[in-house]
Amino acid sequence: MAKHETPLLDQLESGPWPSFVSDLKAQAEKRAKNAEGIEFQIPVDVVDDLLGIVELSYKHGRTHWKHGGIVGVFGYGGGVIGRYCDQPENFPGVEAFHTMRVNQPAGKYYSTDYLKKLCDLWDFRGSGVTNMHGSTGDIILLGTTTKQLEEIFWTLTHDMDQDLGGSGSNLRTPSDCLGQSRCEYACYDTNALVYFLTNEYQDELHRPAFPYKFKFKLDGCPNCCVASIARSDMSFIGTWKDDIRIDQDAVNKYVENDPAYPANAGAYKGSKDWGPFDLEKEVLALCPTKCMKFENKKLFIDNANCTRCMHCINVMPRALKIGKDTGLSILVGAKAPILDGAQMGSLLVPFVEVNPDNDYEAITEIIENIWDWWMEEGKNRERLGELIMRQGFQKLLEVTGIDPMPQHVAYPRTNPYIFWKEDEVPGGWERDVEEYRKHHRR
Amino acid sequence: MAFISTGYNPEKPMENRITDIGPKDHNEFYPPVIAKNKGKWSHHEILEPGVLVHVADSGDEVYTVRVGGARLMSTSLINEICEIADKHCDGYVRFTTRNNVEFMVDSKDKLEPLKNDLASRKFAGGSFKFPIGGTGAGVTNIVHTQGWIHCHTPATDASGTVKAAMDVLFNDFQDMRLPAQLRVSMACCLNMCGAVHCSDIAILGYHRKPPMLDHEYLDKVCEIPLAVAACPTAAIKPAKVQLDSGKEVKSVDVKNERCMYCGNCYTMCPSMPLADTEGDGIVLMAGGKVSNRISDPKFSKVVVAFLPNEMPRWPSMTDAIQRMVEAYAKGANKYERLGDWAERIGWEKFFEVCELDFTHHLIDDFRQQAYMSWRQSTQFKF
Repeated sequence: MAKHETPLLDQLESGPWPSFVSDLKAQAEKRAKNAEGIEFQIPVDVVDDLLGIVELSYKHGRTHWKHGGIVGVFGYGGGVIGRYCDQPENFPGVEAFHTMRVNQPAGKYYSTDYLKKLCDLWDFRGSGVTNMHGSTGDIILLGTTTKQLEEIFWTLTHDMDQDLGGSGSNLRTPSDCLGQSRCEYACYDTNALVYFLTNEYQDELHRPAFPYKFKFKLDGCPNCCVASIARSDMSFIGTWKDDIRIDQDAVNKYVENDPAYPANAGAYKGSKDWGPFDLEKEVLALCPTKCMKFENKKLFIDNANCTRCMHCINVMPRALKIGKDTGLSILVGAKAPILDGAQMGSLLVPFVEVNPDNDYEAITEIIENIWDWWMEEGKNRERLGELIMRQGFQKLLEVTGIDPMPQHVAYPRTNPYIFWKEDEVPGGWERDVEEYRKHHRR
Repeated sequence: MAFISTGYNPEKPMENRITDIGPKDHNEFYPPVIAKNKGKWSHHEILEPGVLVHVADSGDEVYTVRVGGARLMSTSLINEICEIADKHCDGYVRFTTRNNVEFMVDSKDKLEPLKNDLASRKFAGGSFKFPIGGTGAGVTNIVHTQGWIHCHTPATDASGTVKAAMDVLFNDFQDMRLPAQLRVSMACCLNMCGAVHCSDIAILGYHRKPPMLDHEYLDKVCEIPLAVAACPTAAIKPAKVQLDSGKEVKSVDVKNERCMYCGNCYTMCPSMPLADTEGDGIVLMAGGKVSNRISDPKFSKVVVAFLPNEMPRWPSMTDAIQRMVEAYAKGANKYERLGDWAERIGWEKFFEVCELDFTHHLIDDFRQQAYMSWRQSTQFKF
């Protein structure tokens, strides 16, 4: 028998898509039965009360979670988000319902041994409710009491070799696509780089010293499956400098509509029949720079005019491969709308090598130059993108020591209001007006 | 419920403390076929919705079955995922950026038993636990935020709106009939911890009333200068207020007509709550993308200024989403993302074919960049 009636939530149990309500109800029942004899360290009816309070929100159309609460683990400024409900007398099980962010592994691969251990810990010391995963990428452990925080942290670090992720004004937990581990498009090893950067910058991740949050996201190619270009202060997107590799035999298999060579790797094998694959119409005509042609059963790509949009490679992955001279582009300043409107990442570094042998020094140098500037000049709660807007892209180039190039702009400025530096103008700005008046009467 | 200690001593927090060790090394978590062929994959193919094969230069193959899931997940369900992965996948599993779960096997003969097992599992309420799909030219799982499950600033629920939307989009999760992939995202307030602003379709929770002011407590729980500074439109100023008791307290004054309901002040000051039953609801945005494929990444545009919160299934919201998806499925060319299609036919046609009302709210008036979105041409369609 459920502790609270949940007539509104119950309606979300039907329909084909996995129902979080059914899952929570089963979890509540499982805790109540406690067949495994777990010595629950937080209220046994925590999930019942979670369902109850969410039902109340469905009735009221308003949240019943109170604003924050300063809780955490000793020495860290992030990784734990305090949460209390505003109806503790009716829902005592969720009076304190804090979140812990657990730094996910690169590529979000897991062994079941690890996941089971994490579940055991979370059943024992928490609600048993999680997010797999949070928006930033962490494993989110949803709902425990203040006293359990240090205990959970202890078990994570001592028994599971696992640290917390970031929250607050610090480096947020970096995240990546699965990269070369299982994708032929990946131009660098995103898993290795995200692991390196996360470890290299543990202090920045755990101890807030930044003006605001700072996000790294790593995409292996310009398809941008983790949306780094839209949602990270620094986005690392794989790219290449040399030629797309062409297997002409395979190109012709696509042209001949060989069933082993479905267009777009089979992405259109659905209920709609798009007709036979047409190389001219589906690839050449859609190429954004029109740098391809197909003559005498041979595909030519004018690579100097290719912008590596991935379309042709996506359509014919068995025939076209990314180049061999690979690295990544760095774009900076992306963020969601708060406060000054959304910003997309802007290209800062067109190409940088990804070299684990020298600890990625070409990349860390750029990161650290940007942080030095942002920590010095950034206002409280000012994201990097907003600082770039306020002080100018030129300032960003100056602090990173990067030369301006046409790749930095979509098009040159449409106004001539250039802020010339005094030393750029011969003779400087100090002039003698009396000398001027000798030739120009008042 | 006796407290059981790990050995942590609150009197001496630094004793035997381990910190700054970072995440687990992913190399421990790669299935053997992944570890062996990393960086040496030749190509891949989607065999059917939700099922992929990746072929390595070595000739090795890895078959992946992708299933959707609510990102809000109990340990019971995770343990069930582990049970399946132990049974079929040698004890390995992975999650995708969009909250899908991927089960991988290293030969084709292991595929059917895995698929059958996944497809057969249902919750007591009748919904699938592990629906197979989310690949190619279809709808994949919705990335989303916390909503009423756990957040203090939401203007709507996240898990509920996502469940309602995915139920109506379910066929497209298991099909690949669309002109291109269609990414739906959900954020329950405009803090957008889910960063939905570049999605084909974005569901956004939105407040529409300026904050209430809890004068009696405001100065006790908030740093007034921080609350003032938090406002992007400079609508908040310090004020002295006389309470009903006659007592004068320090507080703030909000110029309501300048408020854009972002809730940034509430983040800094709990005495300025915004949530309101009638005020809060849903904004729908459309036409964004993050991929660089064919066209540049682009922001989503607001296409429905407001829909009320209609618990538990948000029918006005799901209707509008369905209309957009159907119009897109019907009208767009192969490979054309929703935003590229809308730009090609013109936004005026988009509203017509999606049967959405165009209201004054959809004309940008926020700061300088607003001007960029007005039509500066005589080229338009009647």
